[in-house]
Amino acid sequence: MAKVTINEELCKGCELCIRACPKKILVLSDTKLNSKGYHPCEITDMSACIACAACARTCPDVVIEIEK
Amino acid sequence: MTKVFQKTKLLTDEVMHYCPGCTHGIVHRLVAEAIDELGVQGKTVGVVPVGCAVFAYKYFNIDTQEAAHGRAPAVATGIKRVHPDNVVFTYQGDGDLASIGTAEIVQAAHRGEKITAIFVNNAIYGMTGGQMAPTTLVGQKTTTSPYGRDKDHCGSPIRMSEMLATIEGSAYIERVALNNNANIMKAKRAIKKAFETQIAKKGFSMIEVLSTCPTNWGKSPVEAMEWLEENMIPYYPLGVKKEV
Repeated sequence: MAKVTINEELCKGCELCIRACPKKILVLSDTKLNSKGYHPCEITDMSACIACAACARTCPDVVIEIEK
Repeated sequence: MTKVFQKTKLLTDEVMHYCPGCTHGIVHRLVAEAIDELGVQGKTVGVVPVGCAVFAYKYFNIDTQEAAHGRAPAVATGIKRVHPDNVVFTYQGDGDLASIGTAEIVQAAHRGEKITAIFVNNAIYGMTGGQMAPTTLVGQKTTTSPYGRDKDHCGSPIRMSEMLATIEGSAYIERVALNNNANIMKAKRAIKKAFETQIAKKGFSMIEVLSTCPTNWGKSPVEAMEWLEENMIPYYPLGVKKEV
């Protein structure tokens, strides 16, 4: 079981993590906005995450932390 | 639970000023992780450029020195010669390294300075508003080449890695890209190897990182990555250009 922690406040909504995710379980939030005005990314199905960290490695702002 | 990935302590908590999707943040992380893994945090000095990375000194938990535009290799030369046991690197964009600072980088390599240059090539001037750089591809539209770069008028894009690889003083030159997970990991290994080359006192090392500039390319970050794959990598082939 993987655990992904996203620092939503620092996310700039660039979608590079969404492109990198092999399981396609990342999306930009429809409901949240951070104080910079971006829709942060969020996980749709945590149980499908394989903790490969591809999202974290491609994130330019290093806002993703992964535990397994 | 064990941590699979967390932010390295060599990056500060400062919020990066870069545009959404700008790959400078990835390069910063790779450089910071390489320094951390080599255990040389206490004796590493970075020299940061003029360009979008002008504030890079705020993001690294190491000593840094700001240099005038293009002069980072000259400043790094001074630091390295006074402190030969320090690890000294420059962090430069293509407007900095391949244009105004061409003389400095060529002569630093020529002298075989034991420094490492991290060369972020995004084929455009970023900070100043998207003007044509020496690395801009033929046909690429910028604010100063609105109909695309004209080869007859402006020449062809310069391949700095291949050029510096011909110089006797260079010891390790590699070109990497950040377009997918595998290439990001290769980029990390290359940067680490460049630092190891310097620590082994073999000579000058440079890693050219093919990067994106979504804002000035007029593309989304994801479109910019696709454009890099389809246009930049064919013209700027990846791989080790020199290793001694």
